[in-house]
Formats: sequence, structure tokens, C-alpha cells
Amino acid sequence: MTYKRGSVAVVGASETTELGKVPSMSQLQLHANAALAAMRECGLKPADIDGIATAVETPVELAMYLGITPTWVDGTSVGGCSFMIHVRHAAAAIAAGLCNTALVTHGESGRSNIGRKSRSGGPGTLNGQFEEPYGPFGPPTMFTIPVLRYMKTYNLPIEQIANIAVVQREWAAKNPRATFQDPINVDDVLNSRMIAYPFRLLMCCLVTDGGGALILTAADRAKDFPTKPVYIRGMGESVETPMISQMQDFTSSRAFKVSGKKAFDTAGISHGDVDHLMIYDAFAHLPIYGLEDLGFVKPGEAGAWYWARNSAPGGKLPINTNGGGLSYMHSGMYGMYALQESVRQMRGTAPAQVKGAKLSVCHGVGGMFAASGTIVFTNQPS
Amino acid sequence: MVDVKSFKRALPVPTPETQHFWDGCKRGDLLLQRCKDTGKYYFPPRPFSPFTGSDNVEVVKASGRGRLYSYVINQRPPKGYEAPYGICVVELEEGPRMMTNVDCDQTPEALVLDMPLEVFFQPQAESDIHLPLFRPVRK
Repeated sequence: MTYKRGSVAVVGASETTELGKVPSMSQLQLHANAALAAMRECGLKPADIDGIATAVETPVELAMYLGITPTWVDGTSVGGCSFMIHVRHAAAAIAAGLCNTALVTHGESGRSNIGRKSRSGGPGTLNGQFEEPYGPFGPPTMFTIPVLRYMKTYNLPIEQIANIAVVQREWAAKNPRATFQDPINVDDVLNSRMIAYPFRLLMCCLVTDGGGALILTAADRAKDFPTKPVYIRGMGESVETPMISQMQDFTSSRAFKVSGKKAFDTAGISHGDVDHLMIYDAFAHLPIYGLEDLGFVKPGEAGAWYWARNSAPGGKLPINTNGGGLSYMHSGMYGMYALQESVRQMRGTAPAQVKGAKLSVCHGVGGMFAASGTIVFTNQPS
Repeated sequence: MVDVKSFKRALPVPTPETQHFWDGCKRGDLLLQRCKDTGKYYFPPRPFSPFTGSDNVEVVKASGRGRLYSYVINQRPPKGYEAPYGICVVELEEGPRMMTNVDCDQTPEALVLDMPLEVFFQPQAESDIHLPLFRPVRK
């Protein structure tokens, strides 16, 4: 069975009512706050949902907490792109008749740390034996390890990495919900505090609280809902390694390439068809790797492409138009917020709306180049 | 100056599949595994080839030499570590890469990509573990 392009649509989408610092809610409640908001906007109640997918928290916890009796569950938990992968699995499940109305939720008390689950492994895991002893301490010290090799291979100047943060701040300035909205320049980035050489503070994502939820159903049911349907046209996923030291190629993500190609192939689109692009930016180098591994430019060209303001407001391919993980928000697993921005762009309701956009590609990363998921959205019925 | 040999580290707990590697470290041998069907070396340890799925594999002693492949210099240490220090990846002569720390100045000037490195093994206090670390090859 092949997934028929556009046969499943997003009919409900919402972030939590508040983003940023939300000490009034536990991590589980952040999931629920977003899920209930998504149900409200499309007129559904928990009893109407028969499929549920989530990460870190289990679908068991969410089903009980929300009062859902599912016939399809997915607990894929591979980091921040888990939600792209949930969308893919949900679309396949709906197409196969495993459920009719699927809910994908995310919640993370990344900043306030209330009711947060531990995601760390133990000293007997592969990471515990062969990486932890050498003192990596969180994503800023691991996700960034391949970058010096990329910079040497392609002669990429640090200014071109800093520029990613500058351009995304321009998008964030148009978004009232963005955490950081004040303009910055390359010098500001390169003078910010060193976190893990060569990465400085403004090249690293925010740490915030928040959540988001999506509701999907068959496209032929979508007209029964009050919201503008956003169709799933194509999708991909892959994983590579939980250990950054074992990434095959330090200048390119195998998971990005596999997931991206699958999404483009199943959608039947070429790069010129893409009006809007989200590339998960936990750190400023990720849009560089993403743009190349998705095939928009050749290896080594992305830094200069961004420097030429191609992704900036007014540029030929708007990217990370919410301000991204660098300026909008980043709870820890940012993928859900990238999906929300793609849906807003396809509904025509984004704060920095790309006029006339018909096709949005949303590309996620999980772990430290460990996993990837890619969704091709469109507002055009098939 | 930070001495990477002084860290009170998060120590590994060997498993049945990795015990030989850690036993090798205690003897002063850096052990890799090799797929006998493809001739390719691999790491981390496992009792089968990641290239073929076959158990036609052997444990081999590596030369212990390699080059500095990539790194970051961490400024925010976890408990037991002292910043700044390089979290490095060495590419071994046999091909596989591994994370490590390099015993030298912890600066971009001292940590030069592609510089030749050699392994040494540092006994860890109150533990059976001898951890493989690397240092620049003396000219």
C-alpha cells in the first residue's frame, strides 16, 4: 500500500496558551493544555480522538490524563523530530484505517523543570561507556562537535554560522510570541559568551517551557471541520546513531539525507516547488547542514547562501519564519514548534506570513544528529 | 592550567560485549574489532559485524595512533571536571573514530585538527577502569 498524496490533513493545531517561562504547569499539563486548545479550535472532545502519539511522556500517560481510549498509539521517542515522525506514522495509520482522528502532543518544562522526566542513560550504555567519561555536558557540547571538521573541509568562516542567528532574529522581530525580538548583528553573536568553542551563546537555542499539539484526520473528512485543512503531501524519517562520535560523515547527516529524500520523493516535488522551509535549529549550524542535506544547495555552499540573505525576510526561500529555536522558543524538543509554524504558514495565519505560500517543508532533527523526520505540507487539495 | 588527567570522571560500566575492550585498556592495549568478511574495523565493540551481521569477527590490537578529527572546548563543566577542556574525536589509523580528551593545552592553538595523536591509558581512582586518552605525538 502506498500513501496517497494529500489523503490525510491537519485539522487542529495549537501551541500552549503560554510559551517561555510557564511555572504554573507541569510537563504533562503542557501537553494537555496544547491538546485541549487544538481540540477546541476544531470542535472535538477527547472522546472523539482514537489515536494518540507522543514522546518522552508515553501515549499511556496522555491517554489516561486526557480521557482518550485509543485504537492506535505511537510512543516513538527519538528526540525533537519525534513529532515529525508521529505525523508520518499517524498519516499512515489513518490511511490504513487503524484510527480516524489522531492527536500528536508535545509538552516540555525545559526551563522551569516541573514534572520533567529524565532522559539520561546509564554508565553501561554505549554513550555511558564511550562518550560520557570524556565530559560532554548537554547538547551544546555534543551537537557542535562535528562543526570544526565541516569548517575545515569547506573553509566555512565562523561569521557565516553567526549569520544564521542574525537572520532568524529578523524573522523573530515580526513575531509577537518570539522570546527574543531585538535585532542583533554578527559582531553581537561573535562577542556573546563562549559556551563550547567555537559556539557562543547566541549560536545556541533558547531553553523555555511550552507545548504543542496537532490533530490529523482523513482529507475527505477535513471539510467537516471549521479550520482550513493542511494536507500531508509527503513524509520521511530515519535514524543514524545515539553517539555523536560515531556519525559517519561530520559534514553531513545521513538521517537528514534519507528522511529528506523520502519526503521529497513521496511528495513528488522538486526544490523549486518549495515556498517555505523549516529546518530545526537547535544550534546555528543546523540550517547549514539541513539546506545541503535536503539538496537545496551543494555541500559547502549553504553558509554563503544564507549570507546572501536568501532565507531572510524578502529572500527567495523564507526559512524558520517563526524565529526558530534560536529566537522563538526551544523547550528541548523543538520539532513540534517547527510543525506549528508550517501549519500556520499553510493556513495563512503566521505572524510573518509568506504571501501565497502553497507548499511548506518541515525538517526535524532528533538527539545530536541521531534522528530525522521530514514532512511536506500543502494547502492545495490533491 | 587544566589537566585532563585530573578529572573525577563519570566512569563506564562494562557489559558482556565490551568487557574485552576494558580488559585491553587495563593491559595497555587499545582493542578494535575487525569484520573478517569485509576486512573493515569497527567500534564500539559488539560480537558481530555491523557491515554484514555475521559473527565472523576478530578482536585486534590497534596501533594506538590517529589524528585529531574534531572537537569543542567546553566552558561549563559537569561535576568532577574542570573547564575549559576539549571534548575531542580521534580518527584511528584503522578507520574507526572515538571520543576522547587530549592531554595538552586546552586551547584552539594547541588543539589543531589533523595533528597526530597517540593513546595512553589512565587508571581511574577507586575503580578498575583504565581510560583511553590521547596526547600529541612528540616530534
